Amino acid sequence: MGRKVLLVTTDQQRYDTLGCNGGALARTPVVDALASAGIRYERAHPQSVVCMPSRSTIVTGQYPSTHGVWMNGVPLPADAPSVAAVLQRVGYRTALVGKAHFEPFLDPFARFPENSLAGSGQETILEPWADGTIGPHRGFEHLEFATHGAAGPLHYARWLVEHHPEAVGMYYAPLDGSLEVNAAGGGDTAAPQVKHNPIPRDWYHTDWVADRTIAWLDSLDADADWFCWMSFPDPHHPWDPPASEMHRIDWRDVPLPAAYPESAADRERILDAKPRHWRQWYDGTLVSNYEAPKDWVPATLTADQVREVNARNAIECELIDEALGRVLGHVAARGWDADTDVVFTTDHGELQGDLGLLFKGPYHVDGLMRLPLIWRPAPSANVAPAVVSAPVGLVDLAPTFCAIAGVDAPAWMEGSALPADDADADARGFERVLTEWDSELFGVGVHLRTITRDGWVCTTYAPGTVHDGTEGELYRLDDDPHQFENRWDDPSLRHLRDDLLVDLRANQPAPRSPQLAVEAPV
Amino acid sequence: MSGASVRKEIRIHRRAAEVWDRIADPGVIQDWFPGIVSSTVDGTTRVITLGSGIAMPEEIITQDPVLRRFQYRITVGVFRNHLGTIDVIDLHDETCLVVYSTDADPRTMALVIGAATAEALVELRDQMESTAEIPTQVKGS
Repeated sequence: MGRKVLLVTTDQQRYDTLGCNGGALARTPVVDALASAGIRYERAHPQSVVCMPSRSTIVTGQYPSTHGVWMNGVPLPADAPSVAAVLQRVGYRTALVGKAHFEPFLDPFARFPENSLAGSGQETILEPWADGTIGPHRGFEHLEFATHGAAGPLHYARWLVEHHPEAVGMYYAPLDGSLEVNAAGGGDTAAPQVKHNPIPRDWYHTDWVADRTIAWLDSLDADADWFCWMSFPDPHHPWDPPASEMHRIDWRDVPLPAAYPESAADRERILDAKPRHWRQWYDGTLVSNYEAPKDWVPATLTADQVREVNARNAIECELIDEALGRVLGHVAARGWDADTDVVFTTDHGELQGDLGLLFKGPYHVDGLMRLPLIWRPAPSANVAPAVVSAPVGLVDLAPTFCAIAGVDAPAWMEGSALPADDADADARGFERVLTEWDSELFGVGVHLRTITRDGWVCTTYAPGTVHDGTEGELYRLDDDPHQFENRWDDPSLRHLRDDLLVDLRANQPAPRSPQLAVEAPV
Repeated sequence: MSGASVRKEIRIHRRAAEVWDRIADPGVIQDWFPGIVSSTVDGTTRVITLGSGIAMPEEIITQDPVLRRFQYRITVGVFRNHLGTIDVIDLHDETCLVVYSTDADPRTMALVIGAATAEALVELRDQMESTAEIPTQVKGS
């Protein structure tokens, strides 16, 4: 019997939403305890700051340029390599419960298995794998899907319709009548993507994901080795946690984020020093990507709306923490705790009021790039608790799971098993982490490449709709933690900037060719 | 501008008339369009049922065997406007080019339907090229 792996992901969760990372709003004792007993990473970045590319990186261990999911709406090919397939091949039982999003959500033709599986009555389907053999879909022998709310064909939505049909309309509708990201406001402040949700807590998708994870674990033999990806859709917007939980945090008491200058003039001055799409989005003259509501203008965001969004987000983080606690309790009750590795992370961050912005997009700053990442190695492995400050990426997760399982990481994985401490990171060359953005949708193209190294984050832009290819961003992370001061054009830093760009280009994988097609906006 | 236009095309190594015969029959679209599971035709009204279970009524507005153009409009639900156009263009070498255009408002649906039409064209080509002997002069081209 070997070590088991519980991969816990959330969606769009900031680094600073956890108590162990200095967050003071949400109470997250379960994750904090994992961090105390394990390894907490202070500089973990995604390789893309949107869902589909980032999740594809987690499962493949490859950069977006390599796996080919270069923006939301591009499906990960069914025969893409998968760490779940590697583990299943060596005898692991494998499951993914919750939000997958390797394939587009907007799929009325049900062309993609994620959208047709729940109606099929099957736990998975057989597909060709990367090595030409046939196996369960992406290596997962059990799949149960959920996403934000109750719309669509996924398992959670079907469960809610069947068992609690009166609750279906309680959720906020993530998309509007034009199938754009909904800009409608609600709550006390009319903040976008906010709604009073009277759904009982135990019908909410966070608890459903935990319930279904426990049910799958219950189906396993006591001596099974398993890899379970438990994937919570929260705290991604919409911010509509169960109304019964709203008493936890009064938004009126929530402090404004440190990265939210209260003066509009200060916000605009900072934005004006960045490439022009920042200010254009703020002013509502360019919405460069689908993930932000087309009909919402960030300049209209009020301080109270920021407070309410952050309060609701924190409540969702607390519910996740409690749901995780239930699952870990169940793991312990099955006698597995000593042999179970727990990895907690997310796919990307959320601007959440930084610089007067919400949501996400082509903005490579800490709000979107600095992620919570905790690895609590199986206690039986006797790994000392540590805090790692070296840069790591989600691309390193798949090789980590291979190392836990005692199998060699396949050559197609582009990361390395996570370091156990900074000395290990130094010895194994964890010097940099790369993040990429490409989007071309409805006539707007944006292309970024970013390197984070030696305490600097440097982003270069390729030509696009509003960029000519000369733009960039350069921030020093220790004395500019909110990336307010863009030093791209600082002559005294020209040598450093050039050095970072050389390093970026030397390590950035070439884009997949031919480019995979965009099949939907999300 | 809330609408969008998407165009997909494919070359098929079959005569234009043969490909047109397939496309011009509105009641067999489910045989070559993945994601459409059934269709019923009553006059100029066709109702297709998608893989998700959604039933979508359409109005057939052009069925021109001379121009080899088939056009239809989805008339339900989220669509403020829609026009689907399939052109079969004779390349005069016993092959043809099939162009499938989707104009839709909202723009999101143009993207989603357009992507499905790309897959449909591949399926159509594969079926057409496997169901009869390929003309000698275009083999290997």
